[in-house]
Amino acid sequence: MSLFTSIGRYTLFVRGLISKPERFSVFWERTLHEMTAIGVGSLGIVAAISLSVGAVTTVQTAYQLITGLVPRSIISTILRDSTILELAPTITCLVLAGKVGANIASELGNMSVSEQIDALDVMGVNSASYLVLPKIVAGLFVIPLLIIIAMTLGIIGGYWAGVMGGAISPRDFSEGILNDFRGFTVVFSFIKSITFAFIITSISSFHGYYTRGGALEVGRSSTKAVVYSCVGILFSDFILAQMLLEN
Amino acid sequence: MIEIKNIYKSFNDKYVLEDVSAIFEKGKTNLVIGASGSGKSVLMKCLVGLESIDQGQILYDNRDFANLGYEAKKVVRREIGMLFQGAALFDSLSVEENVGFPLKMFSDLHKSEQMDRINFCLKCVNLENSNKKFPSEISGGMKKRVGIARAIALNPEYLFCDEPNSGLDPLTSRVIDELIKEITQEFQITTIINSHDMKTVMDLGDSICFIHKGIMWWQGNNKEIMNSGNPELDTFLKAYLF
Ligand SMILES: Nc1ncnc2c1ncn2[C@@H]1O[C@H](COP(=O)(O)OP(=O)(O)O)[C@@H](O)[C@H]1O
Ligand SMILES: [Mg+2]
Repeated sequence: MSLFTSIGRYTLFVRGLISKPERFSVFWERTLHEMTAIGVGSLGIVAAISLSVGAVTTVQTAYQLITGLVPRSIISTILRDSTILELAPTITCLVLAGKVGANIASELGNMSVSEQIDALDVMGVNSASYLVLPKIVAGLFVIPLLIIIAMTLGIIGGYWAGVMGGAISPRDFSEGILNDFRGFTVVFSFIKSITFAFIITSISSFHGYYTRGGALEVGRSSTKAVVYSCVGILFSDFILAQMLLEN
Repeated sequence: MIEIKNIYKSFNDKYVLEDVSAIFEKGKTNLVIGASGSGKSVLMKCLVGLESIDQGQILYDNRDFANLGYEAKKVVRREIGMLFQGAALFDSLSVEENVGFPLKMFSDLHKSEQMDRINFCLKCVNLENSNKKFPSEISGGMKKRVGIARAIALNPEYLFCDEPNSGLDPLTSRVIDELIKEITQEFQITTIINSHDMKTVMDLGDSICFIHKGIMWWQGNNKEIMNSGNPELDTFLKAYLF
């Protein structure tokens, strides 16, 4: 299948999802379930990654600023901006693409090859909307929250590494964090995380939902889900930076 | 009663069903038999609307299913129950949640009434002590029974069973066959069963359609089948008898 057919089918798939849920109570129940699965299930890995990325960023920034001509507080300013703008949203979402994306694709893929999706359709349930919409809505709520946690932990990790390693004093660190802070960076990061959340959940659902064949194809769909989600994240990361970070 | 008239279905310009017509009667176990790959599953998928047909008519008590609008189709769908070849139970739901799923989605019953209906359906398939188990924890025969219980949860007018015996031992197969027959007669359902099991054919064959390479070759019942005079059918039967 060519790239353009895929994109066309993906667009139709997403458009088909927008329909009134059969039973709102059922939709809500499923959304809460997905929120728990995505949120609680990913908390550990998000925490581990953001702490270490924050720590590494601080140590490397300190190493590059060894000259002594610039104030030390610049280290935490750089940590703050790079964590909020890029590291927390983008790296976290790339990891989530691997974890959440593969999960969604294999779950839906397995349902498709074992005729569970057919069973829903025969009953007259809009299977795509019933299965996929709660995942997307849950992702749109939970992934931005995970990103906020990642930002916080990234800065904590940086503080820990910087202060313990003696690269920066606690006083310089807090001065740098507060120095020339622009609220728009957080807004930008929020826009990014919502975009990425949609990309991860919808692309993975698309690949899972259209799995045909057997166990082998389920594995292939998961791989595709992760790869295309990552490509989608990086591509839109660039586009968003171009659009929103001018001047 | 379901009547199909001159159905054609192709995949990639290759006909899988050609000019298939038949009548499936209410209160009977209507069999569709034929070797693997003959088109039985495709025919069933066309009937329930999982595949579209190229030409022809599918009449559910005179409602032309293929040409109904989305909402009208839904009404017919509520009257359809289907048992899939692999049972197709929802992995993430327990046995009782599987059976209760159609009720939860489509009925206005209260929780306790739903529970009564679930227990009634599970009793119909002789499966009374596994309510909380998950599909991965029960045997193939039990899965089929849960599949039947789920299919009859909304009191269907029409019941479709795609190879209900595949993957089951002969003993369990007979139990499932009996169940389907009982349910069909008791609730006066129009039941259609895909099969290539000769024992099923002899036990349930009130009405039999023989399909071979996408073409309907013969229709009759289990008393006539041995003397059909149709060479394709005789070849199919010989494979089982000798
Ligand atoms: N989705 C599909 N795309 C292309 N060919 C198909 C598809 N589904 C079934 N077929 C073909 O249709 C024929 C009949 O298949 P099927 O109805 O599954 O046979 P069976 O009688 O064993 O149930 C087979 O040759 C099969 O390869
Ligand atoms: Mg088949």
